[in-house]
Amino acid sequence: MAIHLFGAAVLLALARRLGVRVFLTAAVVPAIVLVWAISQTGAVLDGDPLVETIRWAPGLGLDIRLRLDGFALLFVLLVAGVGVLVFTYSRWYLGDDPRNGRLAATLLTFAGSMLGLVLADNLLALFVFWELTTVTSFLLIGTDDTKPSARSAALQALLTTGVGGLAMLAGFVLLGQQAGTFTLSEILASPPSGTVTDIALVLVLAGALTKSAQAPFHSWLPRAMAAPTPVSAYLHSATMVKAGIYVIARFAPVFAETMPWRPIVLTAGLASMLIGGYRALRQHDLKLLLAFGTVSQLGLLVVLLGLGTAQATFAGCALLLAHAAFKAALFLVVGVIDHQTKTRDIRVLSGLATELPALAVIAAISAASMAGIPPLLGFIAKELALEGVTATEVPLRVLIGGSVVIGGMLTFAYSARFQLGAFGRGRPARRETGQVIERPPVAFLAPAAALTAVTVVGGFFPGALDWLVRAGAASLDDRVGDAHLALWHGVNLALVLSAVTLAGGLTLVVTRRHLERLQFSLPSAPGADRAYDALVGGLLQGAAAVTGFVQSGSLPVYLTVILLTVVAVPGAALALGTSWPSSLTFAHTPLQIVIGVVSVVAAVAACRQTRRFSAVLLLGVVGYAMAGLFVLHGAPDLALTQLVVETLLIVLFMLVLSRLPGEFPTRSRQSRVVAAWVAMAVAAFVFAFSLAATAARREDPVSNAYLERAYPEAGGRNVVNVVLVDFRGLDTLGEIAVLAVAAVGAIMLGRGRRREDLDRP
Amino acid sequence: MKPSLILDRCVRAEFHTLLLISVFLLLAGHNQPGGGFVGGLVAGAALALRLLVGGVGEVHQAIRLHPLPIVGGGLLLSGATALAPLVAGGQLLESAKATLSLPLLGTVPVSSTLAFDVGVYLVVVGLVLLLLRSLGGDVGGDDAEGDEG
Repeated sequence: MAIHLFGAAVLLALARRLGVRVFLTAAVVPAIVLVWAISQTGAVLDGDPLVETIRWAPGLGLDIRLRLDGFALLFVLLVAGVGVLVFTYSRWYLGDDPRNGRLAATLLTFAGSMLGLVLADNLLALFVFWELTTVTSFLLIGTDDTKPSARSAALQALLTTGVGGLAMLAGFVLLGQQAGTFTLSEILASPPSGTVTDIALVLVLAGALTKSAQAPFHSWLPRAMAAPTPVSAYLHSATMVKAGIYVIARFAPVFAETMPWRPIVLTAGLASMLIGGYRALRQHDLKLLLAFGTVSQLGLLVVLLGLGTAQATFAGCALLLAHAAFKAALFLVVGVIDHQTKTRDIRVLSGLATELPALAVIAAISAASMAGIPPLLGFIAKELALEGVTATEVPLRVLIGGSVVIGGMLTFAYSARFQLGAFGRGRPARRETGQVIERPPVAFLAPAAALTAVTVVGGFFPGALDWLVRAGAASLDDRVGDAHLALWHGVNLALVLSAVTLAGGLTLVVTRRHLERLQFSLPSAPGADRAYDALVGGLLQGAAAVTGFVQSGSLPVYLTVILLTVVAVPGAALALGTSWPSSLTFAHTPLQIVIGVVSVVAAVAACRQTRRFSAVLLLGVVGYAMAGLFVLHGAPDLALTQLVVETLLIVLFMLVLSRLPGEFPTRSRQSRVVAAWVAMAVAAFVFAFSLAATAARREDPVSNAYLERAYPEAGGRNVVNVVLVDFRGLDTLGEIAVLAVAAVGAIMLGRGRRREDLDRP
Repeated sequence: MKPSLILDRCVRAEFHTLLLISVFLLLAGHNQPGGGFVGGLVAGAALALRLLVGGVGEVHQAIRLHPLPIVGGGLLLSGATALAPLVAGGQLLESAKATLSLPLLGTVPVSSTLAFDVGVYLVVVGLVLLLLRSLGGDVGGDDAEGDEG
């Protein structure tokens, strides 16, 4: 299995040389996966999932455990099957472009990540693949990186799904902690429960709903239509947006009864279904129409697979398949229209049926399937959906059923809008007169035709796909029993509701002129995309304000803040409770008093200087006085170091000062008073801290052990040095590494100055 | 402003002595006051004196190598010394001891930590050299300005 992921990486390097053939070459990889997956079906259908474990980070309990069960198989076939078609299609749609290599490689990487996502049996591995699909989606949406709209759309998709993904990671971690394992199948076999689990589920749902473009996070999906059409068909209708649904479907049968699950899933799903359907009716761009249609259909999928009942799950699996077939086909049709006529606007397009008859037939069948017209796969799925929703014991099922019916009507209406808008003769054509529309090559149409064939075959011979849907549903929920796909279920509630849906949809179509006028006369509702814009804009403004406030660029202010923090935080600890030394010796030798007086005088004098140079020299005096104290205390090493450091410091100070004016700038009285108070506070704190430190020792000093061990173990008589190079050698290593970094910094300083010199006239 | 002749002569006389002292401090460090850090600083101070007397040109003359390789080499040496015991099957930073008989100096006990200390020495010298070079662009020498010296 991992070989297929690996294959994606290999193509990345190879792709650049292949030119036009790059997509056809790329199509080989999903074709291999497809063949392989079909060869595995036998074992999987027998209820014997294929499991493979790759050791990744065993120390952390992280293994990439891949598991192919029925539901994963459904997804693998979908990803690989649509993948082959999309790659073939891309060769005709995108033609010859130097950037195609990159596009194909990214698309293939995405396909590999998506496979990993549905096969992963470890929550953390699943998350990694999840994020990989987010990143590749970002790259694919932003394929046309010269267009600002494409870039901002890519960013929006990344931010929305990325934030959701982080929430999901948090949810996974909580869930894994609760269950004691990160293995998906084990968690589902013995699910944890409790408040923490509930919170974890809410977080996981946040990730799943953002990924599947559910309200109120749906606005990234229509904007993502900036991507090339094959990408939209593949990622944003057939596969990636279903990743969220995949996670929901995995968890629903087990966790649907927990408190937060159904309210969230049903609200988001139903809202998306209705909002998506309604807004699809307002679109003039065929691609945007389909995008909002996708939001709507994904909403229905979320409802079905989120309900967690056996029947709804079964219907969800069927719809998953049906939706992938008709929606991808329709996207590919739009791509052909766009490619041949250079427009996707239904106000401009009209009557394409005469010029592109084959395309019109393909589109009609797929749109009919989307609308739920018998005898197509879409109809079977829709009817199962109605049955699944109405047959459940879930509270408010009337409301849910009603919403699904209304959603179905809207779907019917926008399917008709799509078909009539592109191919019908409803409006006078506003195309440039005389534009000749070339017939597309057969191979260009073939992928869409193949998907349409699935729709038709699935409708007339449900048995052909029955096994797959059953295997998928059964691996999610073993209560599925002997449900079957069938065209005719007998006269029951679902059939009546289907009829009602179709009738309602027809009414909407007939009255579409008035409806449209009504829709456009209404003020457009505050869209989620505007909320997103406001959020991001506000965030950037806030960040700029915070940066402007915190990074004022004034060194005295920075210093004041740092010093006050030093006084406040450890100072508070001092004030709250310390043992103070019981007795103090004023001085051990008279020399200490002399040195003390010298350094105090030098320090006070340094403060009173107006010339920078004298101040530095006086500070140096304080430093030398410190070295003197070290000598008196019997620390020659320390004294030596202090002496040399002080000397070097003065020299370096002088070098810097030679560039500055000789005098300190005059500062206002107020700022000098503040500075004086801060200085005194720091001094008082340091004094108190030193006193407390002398009394704080409770254990034997560690230096005793060092003194004992220095010679026998490290062969050195100078304990300080032995500590530096041996006992605490690692610290020293770190310190010299810091020095090396500082050296690089010094170089940069020097360079910056030199460049300024050059700029100066 | 020309630096005084006396200072100039003294620094030239002292420079090599100071470098010797710094090496002495480095080698003596294991048993007496000293070590790589102090040794490096003393060498740095010697270089600083050269800078004050003759400007950056003098520093360049004293050490022609670019300072960054010196810093990197020192870091590499120390790191390698720290890691070497791992290769030999020991613990990180474990030291080995040996006694060498050298001409002039007699018997000298040597520890592998000396190599570590040499690394520290090189890093410090390199850093000081770098600072002097990048900050001291227009100090000393003929085109000196400001009020130093």
